[in-house]
Amino acid sequence: MTRRLSPGQLVLLVITGALALLWLVPIAWAVATSLKPEADTTAVPLSWFGEEVTLDAYALVLGTGGIVKWAINSTVIAVAVTFLTVLFSAMAAYGFARIPFRGQRVLLAAILAGIMVPPQVLIAPLFSEMVALGLVDTWWGVILPQVAAPVIVYILYKFFQGVPPELEQAAFVDGAGRWRVFFTIVLPLSRPVLAAVSIFTFITTWNNFLWPFLVSTDPNTMTLPVGLANVVQGTFGVRYAQIMASVVLAGLPLLVIFVLFQRQIVRGVAHTGLAGE
Amino acid sequence: MTTTVTAPATAAPVTAARAGRSWTQHGLLFVAPFLVVYVAFLVWPLLLGLRMSLTSVNIAGSNDRFVGFANYAQAFGDPRMWNSLWNTVRFTVLSTIPLVVLGLALALLVHNLRFMRWLWRLSFFAPFLLPSAVVSLLWMYMIYQPSFGLLNNALGTDVLWLGDPGVAMWSIVLTTVWWTVGFNFLLYLAALQSIPEHLYEAASIDGASAWDKLRSITLPMLRRTTGLIVVLQLLASLKVFDQIYLMTGGGPDDSTRPIIEYAYDTGFTGYRIGYASAVSYILFVLIVVISLVQLRLFRKREESPR
Repeated sequence: MTRRLSPGQLVLLVITGALALLWLVPIAWAVATSLKPEADTTAVPLSWFGEEVTLDAYALVLGTGGIVKWAINSTVIAVAVTFLTVLFSAMAAYGFARIPFRGQRVLLAAILAGIMVPPQVLIAPLFSEMVALGLVDTWWGVILPQVAAPVIVYILYKFFQGVPPELEQAAFVDGAGRWRVFFTIVLPLSRPVLAAVSIFTFITTWNNFLWPFLVSTDPNTMTLPVGLANVVQGTFGVRYAQIMASVVLAGLPLLVIFVLFQRQIVRGVAHTGLAGE
Repeated sequence: MTTTVTAPATAAPVTAARAGRSWTQHGLLFVAPFLVVYVAFLVWPLLLGLRMSLTSVNIAGSNDRFVGFANYAQAFGDPRMWNSLWNTVRFTVLSTIPLVVLGLALALLVHNLRFMRWLWRLSFFAPFLLPSAVVSLLWMYMIYQPSFGLLNNALGTDVLWLGDPGVAMWSIVLTTVWWTVGFNFLLYLAALQSIPEHLYEAASIDGASAWDKLRSITLPMLRRTTGLIVVLQLLASLKVFDQIYLMTGGGPDDSTRPIIEYAYDTGFTGYRIGYASAVSYILFVLIVVISLVQLRLFRKREESPR
């Protein structure tokens, strides 16, 4: 360890460290509160620890609340949305980038124009549509509208355009059809960009609130964020330790995933966030 | 790009023709699954919403009479619509500035700090990974709670952070900055890493100070990224709903109610889904205008040589 700090680096370290600490305080405070006995959660002056450190709040939340069920719903929904979005978008992007057909340009333009449509302004008509289709309070009702994400098509389209066609030619010469080429050559080649858009889609879906909130009224189909919001609105006499235990449990999965896959996630978010720049 | 000049002249046309023979190889088949979902859950609701905005339909689907532009006329004369639109615009302006400036500042700090980058990245980006419900509960009960919340106890004040109409919007902005600045921070960090090192080396040889380098290399090189981030942030902020709905419900005295919440209120609580569609379309037009301005802006940039 021969780490020599120049004065400049030291100043940067102090500023950055202080800001990072400030950024982490709310999360640390939530964790601290979740570990207090309920009676100590509202005590003033504030202190980081209560009379004792206890997991009572977690036991209560996990034992009585729907949080496990919501976590399962969230996982199923986020996985399904991610899988369908990436599969459908990659197929469409490949069709647009590689296979000429009549009306292609118009169709592509019509899909890319959809990037400008924010899902939030569609809530009213989309809800009536779901009522008509009988999809309210079902997983499909939550999943399907989130699959219609034209920006992912755009990102993958740009990517496929940059892949040299020669890589596919050899397989065509061997008599492979487009589907085989797509699934056995193009998709494996595109693993990094597919990982990037998958990560982005998963995070967005996992955290999505407005649409799942509107379309699921039955606690059995609620996602984690929706279930959490509902519990709080329905509670008399707020139980702070339990709420913070729920908050920690609900926030934990993505944080753990982030710590494990930091590099990929950073790349995925940066890449997709800038829409394939 | 329909033909590639560099490709081996023999292989490409033959194989493409062979692959194009069967209907199972048609490009539309690749596009079809996405297209079906896209039409069913984006294009159709978009058209349906337009139609609904011209009717007096309620959430049960009844009273579906054509009323022309009456909903729009009413919306433009509705002080609560204007107030919520104003709140959305106010939130957008108040949040975009710190989210962009702070995002850049944090990225510059972390980029120039040579060690423990993963820790800084984790600290600033972690909140972005939390669902809005988690963020809202955390801030309303732990930070903004007037008697035992962190903020009042740390500052020695007794401000009603979410209960005072003059303060509530600022509190929402503060929470939003904490929650989402990590996203812009990451985008800036990625952009900073793509600036070629040799520019800085050359400047060092010329005896440039750190400040000179920031002003004449870093910031100019980030101009394009900044344009993009500002537009993305504007578009994201205009869609604000979650944290406001969850933390203040639009109050106190409608001082934070954003336009999406007003559409939600009129449509899902007030059952006037035709009127709600009209209100949504007003926001939609605003967002499309900004998107089009963005497109023009970036097309121009791409044409002009850097």
